[in-house]
Amino acid sequence: MKMQWEGKSFIENLPRIYGVYTGGFVLFFILMAVFEKFGMSAEMIGILFLAFTLAIYAFIGILSRTMAVEAYYVAGRSVPPVFNGMATAADWMSGASFVAMAGGIFMSGYPYMAFIVGWTGGYILVATLMAPYLRKFGCYTVPDFIGTRYGGKFARLCGVLVLVVASFTYVTAQITATGTIAARAFQIPFEVGVWLGLFGILLCSMLGGMRAVTWTQVAQYIVLIVAYLIPIFWMSNKQGLGFFPQIEYGPAVARIMELETQLGVGTPPAETVAGLKALTALHATPVGGWLPAWQFVTLVFCMMVGTASLPHILMRYFTTPSVRDARQSVAWSLLFIFLLYFSAPCLATLSKLQMLDPNLPTSIIGASIDQVMSLSWIEKWGNINLLAIRDSNADGILQINEFFLNPDIIVLATPEIAGLPYVISGLVAAGGMAAAMSTADGLLLAMANALSHDLYYKIIDPKAETRKRLLTARILLLVIGAAGAGVASLKLTGILGAVAWAFCFAMSGLFFPLVLGVWWKRANRPGAIAGMLGGLGAGWWYLLAVRNPEAWYGLAQPWIGLDHLRFGVVGVTASLIFMIVVTLLTAAPDEETQRMVDEVRIPSGDTIIPSKV
Amino acid sequence: MVGHLIVWFVFSYLIHFLADALYPINFLGWPLNYYMAAQGSLIVFVVQLFLFAKQQHAIDVKFGVAEQEE
Repeated sequence: MKMQWEGKSFIENLPRIYGVYTGGFVLFFILMAVFEKFGMSAEMIGILFLAFTLAIYAFIGILSRTMAVEAYYVAGRSVPPVFNGMATAADWMSGASFVAMAGGIFMSGYPYMAFIVGWTGGYILVATLMAPYLRKFGCYTVPDFIGTRYGGKFARLCGVLVLVVASFTYVTAQITATGTIAARAFQIPFEVGVWLGLFGILLCSMLGGMRAVTWTQVAQYIVLIVAYLIPIFWMSNKQGLGFFPQIEYGPAVARIMELETQLGVGTPPAETVAGLKALTALHATPVGGWLPAWQFVTLVFCMMVGTASLPHILMRYFTTPSVRDARQSVAWSLLFIFLLYFSAPCLATLSKLQMLDPNLPTSIIGASIDQVMSLSWIEKWGNINLLAIRDSNADGILQINEFFLNPDIIVLATPEIAGLPYVISGLVAAGGMAAAMSTADGLLLAMANALSHDLYYKIIDPKAETRKRLLTARILLLVIGAAGAGVASLKLTGILGAVAWAFCFAMSGLFFPLVLGVWWKRANRPGAIAGMLGGLGAGWWYLLAVRNPEAWYGLAQPWIGLDHLRFGVVGVTASLIFMIVVTLLTAAPDEETQRMVDEVRIPSGDTIIPSKV
Repeated sequence: MVGHLIVWFVFSYLIHFLADALYPINFLGWPLNYYMAAQGSLIVFVVQLFLFAKQQHAIDVKFGVAEQEE
């Protein structure tokens, strides 16, 4: 079948195509619900959900294969703002947002919400400082901008280095997430699940590059947002909080705060269980004092500046038809992201209420231990050591500090906790898979593109033919993917830690070289190189120093509460200082470069890098 | 643009730095600090971005540097 992927008729048909697709997905969901009524097993439903969605992504990926450079790297620069917004939202919301965030709020309460603020507010920086100007520049990749703006192969190489460090850290976390979900649904070992997840990811991006990834990401966004919202609406209806709980769950928060004092949340547990935590943090109460407030704000800062420097996000805005569309597209992206993020605390609240409130049939705190142990979800998650119950004071009643769990299971287990039908659990698993896969796609592509376009084409072999370049890109995609899966199967860090690190690496190395590249004409090549290497180096050193206090890195304890999640603050500051000092010590860039910077700030006219097909 | 960045700064940092002071205030059932982090700041950001896209385009048109419609 030959499909038209660009041009007017295709763009006009997009709403209809995705409308039909969404309808089909809802139909599939209903079909599964009916099958469940007729006694299909829970395992089978889970497998069907994953297999069905994977097949769709692969189908889109294969249909949109391409051999044209412009289509492979920037989807032909023809993606309408709204759809680019959806694709960005899927690209952006990773396994960490979907699976881990609500669980984190559930366990750690208010301080954890810094992630929500940080992961949305960053888009203000993207829109005001970055995206429209990079779009005007007309580059294919982020190092492409660095290399052209500052000139010289070495600057370009530094850009590639930072990009690979940050994206690789991020992608291992995503492959871990896909592996976990695949392993649970298909009942296979985690190590095999990782490779299966990778296979699905590559199927989407290998053949069609950015174009294929764009259209699968839109499809994945639809799956993940449906999968996130349906359980919330369902639970809220059961709890009598109305149909649209996001705007009326205030009383539920108040109720939790009331229950917290009754149940004694905050009493440390009498024993510890390896890898699991008891609920001790208060839901909405700030810890108090200036240090927690400072930590909240610095985490927000890291996540925001990191957002504005992550190459796989920035490169999504290279695909819009115009500068104006790039700006609008950022706004749409944030709207689509907002839909999930403002629901996450709601999910955490409702799910917690299900467990705590003695007036609800699903509550377990205060019930007898024997009764709780016989619940199927307690048993199932307990069997794989993600949940544990210890009767510390031997009174046969479950207290809040006798219940231990891994925060990552909250979103996946909520449908079972709330007693919803299994079809919802299958849907949530498919959503988590979509979230992790879409981000992994974007990241792998960002790396493979940077290596093939910037390292291979621009630095190693500038005369390479189109065919050869695109072939290199695909081979690199395979190699990086395999490396990522290899590292993921070693299980070095948790999902969330790795994600926060990726943000910090990106901001340490790229933020100021990009921003100043647009906004400071005087910024020159030595300055940018110093900024990238100095920032990355300082951030890396600080991370190592904080993680290994006994080693020789020369730091006894974190500075003013800046722990390993916040090392970007140190890196970005170092980057700024290095860049300004070195720039001022060396000669200003030549006339031509300065004129180029002026040109970037004006939306009209041709792109700086002439586009070729 | 600077205006937008100021609003952004207030809702990203200042508000959350003052969380202790906002906690006792009740907003439709939520403590205000929780509400601001869960929804308030986010809504501000979304509205702001759409406004920014519109205003910036108006500025481009005014100074005659907007892209030509094809």
